[in-house]
Amino acid sequence: MKQVMDFKLKANEKCGHGYSLLRLVPVHGTMPQVKPGQFAQVAVSNCREAYLRRPISINYADSHEMWLLVRRAGAGTNALCDLPESTVVNLMLPLGNGFSTDVEGCALLVGGGVGIAPLLMLGKRLAARGTEVRFLLGARSMSDLLELDLFRRTAEVAVATEDGTLGYKGLVTEHPLLQSTDITHIACCGPMPMMKAVARIARERGINCEVSLENTMACGIGACLCCVEDTVDSGNVCACKEGPVFNINRLKW
Amino acid sequence: MVDLSVKIGQLTLKNPVMTASGTFGYGEEFADFIDLSRLGGIIVKGTTLHPRQGNPYPRMVETPSGMLNAVGLQNKGVEHFANIIYPRIKDLDTRVIVNVSGASVEDYVGVCERLNGLDKVAAIEVNISCPNVKQGGMGFGTTCAGAESVVSAVRKAWDRTMIVKLTPNVTDITEIARAAEAAGADAVSLTNTFLGMAIDVERMRPYLSTVTGGLSGACIRPIAVRMVWQVANAVQVPVVGLGGIMNGRDAVEFMLAGATAVQIGTANFIDPQTSVKVVDYIEDYLTRHGMSSCSELIGAMKR
Repeated sequence: MKQVMDFKLKANEKCGHGYSLLRLVPVHGTMPQVKPGQFAQVAVSNCREAYLRRPISINYADSHEMWLLVRRAGAGTNALCDLPESTVVNLMLPLGNGFSTDVEGCALLVGGGVGIAPLLMLGKRLAARGTEVRFLLGARSMSDLLELDLFRRTAEVAVATEDGTLGYKGLVTEHPLLQSTDITHIACCGPMPMMKAVARIARERGINCEVSLENTMACGIGACLCCVEDTVDSGNVCACKEGPVFNINRLKW
Repeated sequence: MVDLSVKIGQLTLKNPVMTASGTFGYGEEFADFIDLSRLGGIIVKGTTLHPRQGNPYPRMVETPSGMLNAVGLQNKGVEHFANIIYPRIKDLDTRVIVNVSGASVEDYVGVCERLNGLDKVAAIEVNISCPNVKQGGMGFGTTCAGAESVVSAVRKAWDRTMIVKLTPNVTDITEIARAAEAAGADAVSLTNTFLGMAIDVERMRPYLSTVTGGLSGACIRPIAVRMVWQVANAVQVPVVGLGGIMNGRDAVEFMLAGATAVQIGTANFIDPQTSVKVVDYIEDYLTRHGMSSCSELIGAMKR
């Protein structure tokens, strides 16, 4: 069930260049059940420019706390990254559908930039059920690779950096792991050009593939019809409600 | 105990708070967050005779204290509403009002004829004010003759309460309100969104696929309050006020200006519980001011 809830900011950890990891605990009540790939609509109380909530992917959630990894992308997200610890933050959650978790075989989880956020929890969930998990994480530079230790503790991690400061030098989409014959499923979240390139490779190779979209949205619950994605089967559908995760077979990419 | 009920045409609402079309889906989207039976009414998404895909993405951009949208009346048409949506929402303990849109007079009449068979549709809101469709919509609402043509045709096809939703994108909204009243409207609602535009200066492109869109949110409230006040002084039928209501205080402001009821729109996106908080606020306000019913509040601004 979706809820509107107050959370207390337990810790605000600056990470990489221009990111904050917000660690939140409910002020009252218990943590709602969250599926990997779902998101929260975050009220930005400390910013005059932010009229609407900001949709932020859930990085990690257990029965006690929840993490949001936020990239400084504008006035609203800058304000979120600057929230003082102990601030009360109002969230609507959990929103959206989330990634498939009934995956058999070998799953490759491909993330770029802040798009790695939902893949951590997805990897943990898949590994716990016995799916073989591999991460392929990309960034401009080593310092933009966030939570690398946490990913490494979950499963095998391959890295691509554009400047070659860590791992493969180049784009994630050029990484040899994407050509591995073991892969039976891909889950991808990152910049649009990266997701489109991964989707193309998955199609060519006949691999089942899900991507997480970040279409601009207002309500986050399928009411305003602003964040639509044009699908093969149903025309315009709300990315906030029927997504943000879509099987690439539904998309007109 | 105060009496919160208000009357719009033949329709009695348990309280003056409704949710605005296009901001509340079919109510179901909000059922996790609020008890829908606490609302005076739900005005469901703009419904057309045939399915509409709406405008291409991107359809929304945030603006100072508001947002621009260019949804373009995306909906699956009145048949889908009647067969799929209506059975799910007809037994809600609130008034279900359908917002009706069209590109021609015949379209509006066709929707009404289909809705006639649905007993629990308490009223319709005739949308002659959508700024995001090329034909019809706002085109009808910007001239007295256009408003008259739609409203009089719908009046012949619909016996239950008819609210006519007006566009603010006109020189004198009171003229259009009078034309709608003369053609048989039981009430008018205002305002729909204000035509606006925003440009991404780095990319040198408009933010919206349609270039222009409808501006809503707190930024339009003072203009909407002014228009409600003008129209309430120009017509005899009830006026339903909307435009940037964010909380109970704002709703009372519209009622003091002459609105019999109010609609909560964009605020639903920011706090999905706004509408029920507004109901609570109005009840408390009436008590604090020694008023026993909403009728004492409507148009009670002192000068």
